[in-house]
Order: sequence, then C-alpha cells, then structure tokens
Amino acid sequence: MTMASSRQIELAREAGKRIHHFHGGLRLRHNKKISCLDPVERPPLPEVLVVPLLQHAGDIAEPLVHVGDTVLKGQPIGLCQPCAAVHSPVSGMVEAIEDRPMSHPSGQKGPCVVISPDGKEQWIELKPLSNWLDADPDSLITQIQSCGLAGLGGAVFPTHAKMREGRNRKTHTLILNGVECEPYISCDEMLMREQPDKIILGARVLRRVLGAEHVVIAIEDQMGSVQRSLTGSAEFADSENISVVKVPKIYPEGGERQLVQVLTGLEVPAGGRPSDLGLMCQNVATAAAVAEAITEGKPLIERYITVTGNGISHPRNYLALFGTPVSHLVECCGGYTGDVARLVVGGPMMGYPLESDSAPVVKASNCVLALSDQDIAAPQPEMPCIRCGECARVCPAMLLPQQLHLQIRNELWKPLEEYGLSECIECGCCDFVCPSHIPLVDWFRYGKGELRKQALESEAVEVARKRFEDREARLLRIKQERAQKMARRKQVLKDKTAQQERIQASIQRAENRSRSKPEGQSKGARDDT
Amino acid sequence: MTRSFQTGGAPHMPPQTTVAKVMLQVLMALIPGVLAYTWFFGPGILVQITLATIFALLFESLMLRWRRRPLKPFINDYSAVVTAVLFALCIPPLAPWWISCIAMLFAIVFAKHLYGGLGQNVFNPAMVAYVVVLISFPQAMTSWLPPVALAEHSLGLADSLATIFTGNIPVPGGWDVVTQATPLDTLKTGVEAGRMVPEIRNSPLFGDYGGRGWEWIANWFALGGLFLLYKRVISWQVPVAVIGTVLLISLPFWLLDPDSNPFPLQHVFSGAIVLAAFFIATDPVSGCVSDRGRLIFGAGVGIITLLIRRWGGYPDGVAFAVLLMNMAAPLIDRYTRPRIYGE
Amino acid sequence: MMLSILILTALGLVFGLGLGWAALRFHVDSDPVVERIDALLPQTQCGQCGYPGCRPYAEAISAEEADINQCPPGGEAGIRALADLLGREPKPLNPENGEETSKTVVLIDESRCIGCTLCIQACPVDAIVGAAKLMHTVIKSECTGCDLCLPPCPVDCIDIVEVDTRLPRWHRPRPQAIPLRVL
Repeated sequence: MTMASSRQIELAREAGKRIHHFHGGLRLRHNKKISCLDPVERPPLPEVLVVPLLQHAGDIAEPLVHVGDTVLKGQPIGLCQPCAAVHSPVSGMVEAIEDRPMSHPSGQKGPCVVISPDGKEQWIELKPLSNWLDADPDSLITQIQSCGLAGLGGAVFPTHAKMREGRNRKTHTLILNGVECEPYISCDEMLMREQPDKIILGARVLRRVLGAEHVVIAIEDQMGSVQRSLTGSAEFADSENISVVKVPKIYPEGGERQLVQVLTGLEVPAGGRPSDLGLMCQNVATAAAVAEAITEGKPLIERYITVTGNGISHPRNYLALFGTPVSHLVECCGGYTGDVARLVVGGPMMGYPLESDSAPVVKASNCVLALSDQDIAAPQPEMPCIRCGECARVCPAMLLPQQLHLQIRNELWKPLEEYGLSECIECGCCDFVCPSHIPLVDWFRYGKGELRKQALESEAVEVARKRFEDREARLLRIKQERAQKMARRKQVLKDKTAQQERIQASIQRAENRSRSKPEGQSKGARDDT
Repeated sequence: MTRSFQTGGAPHMPPQTTVAKVMLQVLMALIPGVLAYTWFFGPGILVQITLATIFALLFESLMLRWRRRPLKPFINDYSAVVTAVLFALCIPPLAPWWISCIAMLFAIVFAKHLYGGLGQNVFNPAMVAYVVVLISFPQAMTSWLPPVALAEHSLGLADSLATIFTGNIPVPGGWDVVTQATPLDTLKTGVEAGRMVPEIRNSPLFGDYGGRGWEWIANWFALGGLFLLYKRVISWQVPVAVIGTVLLISLPFWLLDPDSNPFPLQHVFSGAIVLAAFFIATDPVSGCVSDRGRLIFGAGVGIITLLIRRWGGYPDGVAFAVLLMNMAAPLIDRYTRPRIYGE
Repeated sequence: MMLSILILTALGLVFGLGLGWAALRFHVDSDPVVERIDALLPQTQCGQCGYPGCRPYAEAISAEEADINQCPPGGEAGIRALADLLGREPKPLNPENGEETSKTVVLIDESRCIGCTLCIQACPVDAIVGAAKLMHTVIKSECTGCDLCLPPCPVDCIDIVEVDTRLPRWHRPRPQAIPLRVL
C-alpha cells in the first residue's frame, strides 16, 4: 500500500476547483430521460413486504421480532452489531421469518421478515436530534447507526462506520456523489431535483460530523436543472463552502476513485481509501437520508428507485419502501411491455439479473431495469482472447484485464497480486469492449472471491497447525509429568521400604539387645517408667 | 403475479465489436494498397491473394476439425484470411501456386494451430510462412517483376494465371528476361559493389523516395493504416515507433555519408516497412500489450530491419525483425507492466 | 614451472577464501525440508495418510518412508504442490488412503450427547469443548473436518455437515463458457 503525502492532502483541498481526467472509461448512451418525466411518488402499499435481513456489506442481521408480532413503522426488526440496523417499513404484522429471494447478486435465498401491512402507517415514536448543531458528533454518529443508514450508491457500506473512520482521519472535504454514470438510472437526479434542501442539510450534518471544511457536490454536466435546483434551494443560500461542480459524463465517473481523480487530479493510494487524502465520498441519497435521520429521527425505510427500460410500459421513479416486491413496482408502472428478456437490478453495466420479480427492493437497489431482446446481447460464444488491448485502454483502474483473465483462468494466484486484481472496480468497461466476448468481470469476481477464500483457508490452516502442535506439546507434557510423578512415587515407596527396613532392623537390634541383657536390668528399666 | 426471467452476466448490453469485425476492418484497410499493387504490378497479386486465402481456409478447417473445434465461429472470424492476404502481399506476384500452399501449411498448421489456435500463437503466422518459403525457395521468392510502366511485356490476368500454375512465363526469353531486381536489391548489390547511392538511384527503378510504384503502394497502405487508427483497431504506438525509429536511425548515417547510405525516407518507402508498421507489427496476438511495450516492440522492428538491410544477407529484413521481436514480446510485456491506479 | 605452480596455488587460495567468505556472508537460512512439506499439507490432522497427523507425515515423506500421494484432504492440488517441491512426478491419489471430498465439519447433536469426553480426547486440534457428564460442542471455526471424533462416540451423536457456503460467505463461482457447437 502506498501512502499519500502531505502535499497530496494539501492538493486534495482544491477538490472541484478544476476538472481533471481519469484513464479509460466509456461514453455510453444516456437513456435517462424516459424515466424523468413524472414527479416521484410513493406507490400504493403492496399486500406484503419482504424485508431481507442481509442488506449491507457484512453479516446477516439477527431478527428482533417473532412471527405474529405487531410492528410499527420504523421499528427495528433486525440488528447486526457492527453493521446497520434493519427497520420495519410499515406498521403491520410479522407473518413469517423465512428464507426468500432477497435481491442479491448471488441469486440465493436468505432470511427475510415478511410483514403484512395494516394500512394504518403508524410510526414508532421518533427521536429527532433537532438541535444537531449543538449535538456531539459521536451522538450524531450513533443516531445515524440506529437509523440503519448505509451508502445508497450501491455499495451499502454502513454509513456510521465510514463516518467514524473519516472523523478519525481528519477529513477536510466532503464529496457528495451525484454522478449517476450508468445509463438508465435517474433516481439520484430526481432526488436532487426534488429534495435539494434535504441533500444540503444532510451535507451540513455530515460535514459537522467529520469536522470537514468544504462540501463539493458533483453532478453530471448534462444535469442543468439539477444544478439550478441545488443552488436555488433555501438551504444552499444559508450555507457556506458548499459548491456544485459539473463533471463530464464518462462512465464510470461515479466510481469513488474516479470521482476523486476527476475532482482533484489525485489518485487514491492503491489499497487505500479517499480518507487517505482527507476526502470522504457519500452518495447524495445518503446525505438526504442523514438529514431525515437527524432532524426527523426517521430510520431508513424507503428510497428513490428508477423503474425503467424498454420492457416497462411507463418508466418512472418511485419512492419505494424496502421490502416492496419488484413485481408490485412494475405493476404500478403499467406492467411489462412485450417480451422482457432480462430483469436487472442496477444499471446495465454493473447490475445483477433477477431470476424472479418477487425479489424485494433493498437498500442497495437504485434501479429496476427491464430489458428486451434487442437491448441485451444474445448469449455470444466466447472466442479466445486476441490480446487486442482494448480492455487495458478502457480500464479506469489502469489494469491489464487480459493478463488478469489468463492468470485467473489458469489459476495462477500468485502473480494476481502484482497485477492488481484487488484494484479492479468491476465496472465492466473491459467486458463491453472485448471483441472476444469474454465475461472478464465475472472472472475477476470469481478470482477475488477465490483469493479471499484462500486467505481465510490459509489462516485456518495456520490455526489448525498451531492447535495441533500445542496439543501435541500438551500431551507430551502431561506424559512427562505423569512419568515424573510415577518416578517420584516409586522413589517415595522405595524410601518407605527402606525406612521400614531400617525400623525393622533397629527393632531387631533392640530385641536382640534386650534378649541378650540380664533380667534385672530390664526390670529396673520398667521401674523407671 | 410474479414472473421468472433468464439470468446472465453483466454488462447487459450488446457487445461493441467482435473478432470478425476487427479482422474485416483490417481487410478493408488493405483494399487501397492492394488496388495500387495491382495497378503497378499487374493482376498477379489478386491471384496470389485468392490462392493463399483458399489454402488458408482449407488448412484452417482441417485443423479445426482435427482439434474438434467448432468450424463456424472460427472460419467466420476472418483471421485466416488476414494471414493469407498479408502473406500474399509479401511474395512476388508471379510466384508458383505451391508456394502459397506450403506457406499456408506452415502459417495455419504450424504457426497457429500447433500453438493453440487463434490468440495463442507466439509468432506472426504470415511472417513465419513468408520466412519459411523465402529460405526454402530463394529462386521462386526473388523472381520479382518491374513495375508495369517499365516492363516490356505486360501480363494480363490469363497470362498471370498461366505463369503461376505452370511455372513457365509466356514471354519470349522466359524468366531471365522478365524478372528484375527490386529497388532494395539493386541498392544492396550496388553499395556492396562500391557504387554511390545517388548513382544507383538514377536507375529507372527508383521513384521520388522509394522504389517506383512501391512508394505509392506504401502510401495507400499508410492510408489504410490511418483508417485502422481512426477506427482504433490498432494503436498509434507501433506504427509511430517503427517508422520513427527507421527515420531516426538512418538520418545520422545519411547525413554523415550520403554516398553509401540511402535517404531516410527511401528506407521507409521501400520494401515492407509501411505495410509492416501498420498491418504486421500491429498484430496484437504476437505483439506487446502495454503502450510502452508497443513502443519498444515497434522500435525493435525498425532497428532490426535496418540492421538486416545494412549488414544482413537479405535486401529486406522486416519479416525477420517481426519474428525476432515476437520472441521478445513476452519479456517486454513483463518489464513494461503499466502502473496501476493509485500505485 | 615453479612460478606457475605458485600462481595457481595462490589463485586457488584467494578464490577459495573468497568463496568461503561469500558462503558465510550470504548464508541463507532455508527451512528444513520437513517444514516446507508440512507447510503444503492441509493440516487436517486426520491421519488418513497412516501417520498420526500432518507433521509426522511430512517427516515420513522427507525420510522417504511415505509417498506423496497419501493425503486425501490435500487432493490433487496438494500432490502437485508436493511433487513440485520435491522434484518428483505427480501421481494420482492412493485410493487406499481415501478419496478427495469437499471440506466438511462436524456438528454434535447436543440432545443426544451424553458427555463422555471420548471425542474431546480424539480431536487432534482441541476443537471440541465440554466436560464430563456435560454436553459437548464443536468450535466450528476450528474444526478441520478430520472425522476422528466419529468412531469413539458411543451414542453416534456427531454428524458430518458441509461447510456453509451460503451468504454472506458466498462468492461467485467460476464462469462457465457458453458451449460452442461443433459442426
């Protein structure tokens, strides 16, 4: 891992003053307009909500409710100590806690809390921190954690953990990421248009928690109305040191590392985080959720989500509760049109496909994309790599995807470290340009998982060796101790026999003596006693 | 009502290009050069291209069948055709038909499929084929014709066909009368005989820079190369490195001793430098991966070509240069791994 | 004659001293071969190789008493690594020692356990905790899947279970190529 120099940290303070470039990337067709025509609404309540207990990076949350319990809107229903909490999105009754499809790239089922809403929408008692300007930053972080906040850009890293780290690392600039570089997705754009006050308020809260000085809100250069709405908001007028910066639209500019490079011209050190440069990136939607959590005390139970694609009759954005089945959202959009070949959560570059539309909306879902046959590639036969180097040209992490692919395919795990597999951001640019149609990112994800598994295994092997050796040593010690004890006992026994013999011998001697003595003397002795 | 869908990996978009498209673009870029070639040297080249293509596809399908690989995607990727056309452009236009046959046998079977097929070959198949026949059949491979404008007898399509298939040229006096040394040959033998370069260049074989006719073919190849650059099928590093090195290295020699060293542009526009710079050394499979590696690779091709032209036994050395650099490519790649983001 | 002998002797001395000095100066402490073999073994300590643990097996290999194909948990990959290290030809796993299987752990059915402590004594890595007449349990993260605790159990309360590869331990499987149809 390389370290950032203090000069780099100084340069990072200039974030947003000039626009820089990053290596590679793609210019993709936008396809965003179709979902931006209608204002965002809440869809009607679905019949049943399925809230997965695994919605963040980290472990599965422990359920806090039982089947048959009545829950209130915003009541915590899942707890996972180091990660964020899960809350009930509605008031109603817990119908089941069971394994269900849970909107995860693996397609696996997992534990979900199934809640049937009672329609009363009765909130649990909320505890806002209305005087947040005077509040201690640690209590703000605690509030963020208890409200279950996680990065809404897609990585769903628990916000409180990120903020705590940023606070400890002396962050000077907060970057709000409003760059939705993937085609089709427009939920952040709609949020910035409709809720600018919340975003800026959230930015101020986050800035206070971090102890940072500046806030830079990065948006795409085609979002003219967004800039107007952000800078025109009342909150913006009251705030200092907040700037809105337009960046050119090149995929994957919304990636944290790429955005940092575009705003500062600096690279985040390999293996490090933006906080090494004194920067912190948060999604705009996270900032809005922070504002709600602090000033209203509302836990994170809903988010903006784009329902779009050529397979949707009436594409638009919704403010959907977590646990809402995707099928319900699609129905509210007028249903599918014609043949939908693939249903994707996320964008077309990095999203994952759903096997069934019964999967719920979760904290990470920013978009539901229904694609027709023309939109996606028919399964292409994979050709051998011709080493054309296109993948390396477009790679924003400046890797050599073709070399990495060969190494993973041939299970050469050692050189992968040198070639920087861990720096891959899985953006899919290499996949898109590959003339041989090699699923490069799939290979990289497999390789990363395999490396992680191997690291865990070798750790386990070391533990097993240590435990085995310790046990052997212990058994040996016990054996030796036992042997010593035995030896000692034998010695003692021997000593005893010897003593007895000595006693016997002295008795013998005494007897002999008394026998040999005259009668009178012994009488006399008796008289003495 | 829930519905089920098919899954598949990201990205959920049709791919931008295919191997076949890339190869087709290369073939298209060769068209102007080939037309110019036909214009200056007669229709023999077209026959050679056809022959080489037929043999290449034949061996390709045999090898695919033998290796139990699907025929369709691999025949349709045009990679064998590119190999065949590049090879045909290197040989004398009236070379006998079996030259193509033997050459394609080596290109497709030995240089390509025995190394593992498309994408696995260490050496450029067209250059392997060319070098094999050049060394094995020097007579047939040096029977070059003068440009049509200089020839006493111009051969039509029928005559060219007859020559290629029978080996006898339908001209009074036979081969000895018709063939003529290439400009590079003339230059080499001339310099070795102690004549001055300007004096040698007075021969009608030479044009403004390179050989008469050859320089224009090179121009048209360069145009095709620019098309490939524009389409980003090839990267600029290799052509710039090859041509730049040739110019840079021959310039001081020419400045010091213009009598025994040709003008730098003459180096570029004679022989196969331009063709190699844009079409042969840019072969991604046998070349380098990184940008820096490609610069080194191209420079190596330029330097070795000049060395062979000046001191070697052959008038031109592009093919040898490319093969030697192919050999060095993995090593160059190893030492030119680009810096990773944040490193 | 005399001179050349002297020169050669002197040279020999100088070079010999140089070599000796270099040997001391650049001395590399390499692990004894037993350590390096042991490092390649899976440390399951299952004894399927016929030796009471991985280290004894490593000692036997280095003494050329045991072959390199006797470790089923290590599998083909393990044999290859050993062959690499020792400069031998890899060979298939000896079926007498067992078959290569996916990694498992054991689980004690706590309702049936009678607290006899026999399994605790059998476990080579102390991965079972418990006391006499009290229920025992397996520390899942420490269990190597050697199955040595199964035979001594008098009530057959120990089960073999697959290692959980579900979320969040899931990772993406190896991509499968779309099969090409041979014409």
